[in-house]
Amino acid sequence: MSIQQIQDEIVEEFALFESKDDKYNYIIELGKHLAAYPEAHRTPDKLIKGCQSQVWVHPEMHNGLVHFHGDSDSILVKGLVGLMIRTLSGQPPAQVAEADLYFVDRIGMKQMLSMNRANGLAAMIKQLKLYALAYTMQAAE
Amino acid sequence: MLDLEKIRAEFPILQQKIQGKPLIYFDNAATSQKPRQVLDALQQYYTSMNANVHRGIHTLAERATAAFEETREAVRAFINAPSAEQVIFTRGTTESINLVAGSFGRKFIGPGDEIIVTTMEHHSNIVPWQMLCEEKGAVLKVIPINDAGELLLDEYEKLLSERTKLVAVVHVSNALGSVNPVAEVVRLAHQVGARVLVDGAQAAPHYQIDVQALDVDFYAFSGHKVYGPTGIGILYGKLDVLEAMPPYLGGGEMIKEVTFAKTTYNELPYKFEAGTPNIADAVALKEALAFVNQLGQNQIAAHENALLAHATQAVADVPGLRLVGTAQHKASVLSFVVDGLSALDIGMLLDAQGIAVRTGNHCAMPLMQRFGLTGTARASFAVYNTLEEVDSFVAQLRRVVKMMN
Repeated sequence: MSIQQIQDEIVEEFALFESKDDKYNYIIELGKHLAAYPEAHRTPDKLIKGCQSQVWVHPEMHNGLVHFHGDSDSILVKGLVGLMIRTLSGQPPAQVAEADLYFVDRIGMKQMLSMNRANGLAAMIKQLKLYALAYTMQAAE
Repeated sequence: MLDLEKIRAEFPILQQKIQGKPLIYFDNAATSQKPRQVLDALQQYYTSMNANVHRGIHTLAERATAAFEETREAVRAFINAPSAEQVIFTRGTTESINLVAGSFGRKFIGPGDEIIVTTMEHHSNIVPWQMLCEEKGAVLKVIPINDAGELLLDEYEKLLSERTKLVAVVHVSNALGSVNPVAEVVRLAHQVGARVLVDGAQAAPHYQIDVQALDVDFYAFSGHKVYGPTGIGILYGKLDVLEAMPPYLGGGEMIKEVTFAKTTYNELPYKFEAGTPNIADAVALKEALAFVNQLGQNQIAAHENALLAHATQAVADVPGLRLVGTAQHKASVLSFVVDGLSALDIGMLLDAQGIAVRTGNHCAMPLMQRFGLTGTARASFAVYNTLEEVDSFVAQLRRVVKMMN
């Protein structure tokens, strides 16, 4: 599936939730079930700056597609990392770098997060795109 | 007894709903809400007397100057300072501390001199001294604390020597609520001839401050934590030391005479108030202090202590919850962690229920390191908070903990 198709799928899923609590519960479940983060990459350079919680993201390239691993000490944030990974992992890096992540607004993620926390979210998205951009440049060389 | 319904009615902001729920504002240690009389004073200042203070000869300038100086006198009375000229307006506690570091420090701290702080300081009472020490080749020493969050006075005594020039200590810890024995800290410091600066940002909203009884050399606090506006703060200093200190900022207001050859400086307090001050917020601060005085500081403290005692008891059996800061003498701050949960998650999920608490390191990273934590969740109470709000908070906290496990 393309990044757009995955986003549309997420937007549809969230449209089914009737209450805010349901959304939070879903994100908590996503956080709890996110694939284990590779411990070898729990290093300071993989920490994303600008987040109130600790967020680690590690990128890898396999067969021309970028894959992300992520983790956080906050379960909610980990759930959001999970949504990002679901959207962007396994995609061509050029498309990740240019992705318009409209699902963030459509599922009301920023309403669930305050501005302070939304800054952290922006930092996370920026970092994911920077990794993808770096791979795109590498491939071009 | 305080009439809470009447008090709450004075705070328009508390009447609103957040996320569809009645707002429960428990982030008072970060900033307090403002009563109507403060809001009215701001409005009235700009609608009837706005002009630049001092020197103006017209009616508005005189009104503005009188109102501005009336607040100075109100602050003097509020902290029992000997004279109003010892009350300097700043932007807030942080600027007050930086003023002392930049002025007293510039003149009186030299290589090898020592400055003592405590483990529980806010960054604003650490970083200015670190910057000063770096510049002057002075040494920063730190008073350790016990697991309850109380200063180890024995260790403090060992740190004191004739090299100690300044002790900078927080009156009430923002992250733990600990109330420090400031008078004793001052007495010991004075024995070695050191000056003492007290960060009173968290104390001024809760306790009657008497700078003469405490015998402090400097006392700093912020208007916005005492039900007043943001952007206005206070530095009190003893007369001899303030007079010996050089100006902090250069500009208008702080001068007596300027020629290109030499400038002579104005008298206290204006020597330290360069530029147009924050007149409107200073004027409104008087109303905030009046609000506190009307209710009575002892009444306020008694109510807040009751809230703290109730909350402390109510959270005791929340699964996995541990209080951070269990000092004998404590202000209305409930700082805690829950096993397996990040403070951020607790804060976000409480916010979804309209409950405002603070999460994180509370600008006290060294303190968090002392406890081996990255942060805590903190509920802090003010005079307008109620026992019912505490009950709602604890019920929601239980729900959040269950939800996450």
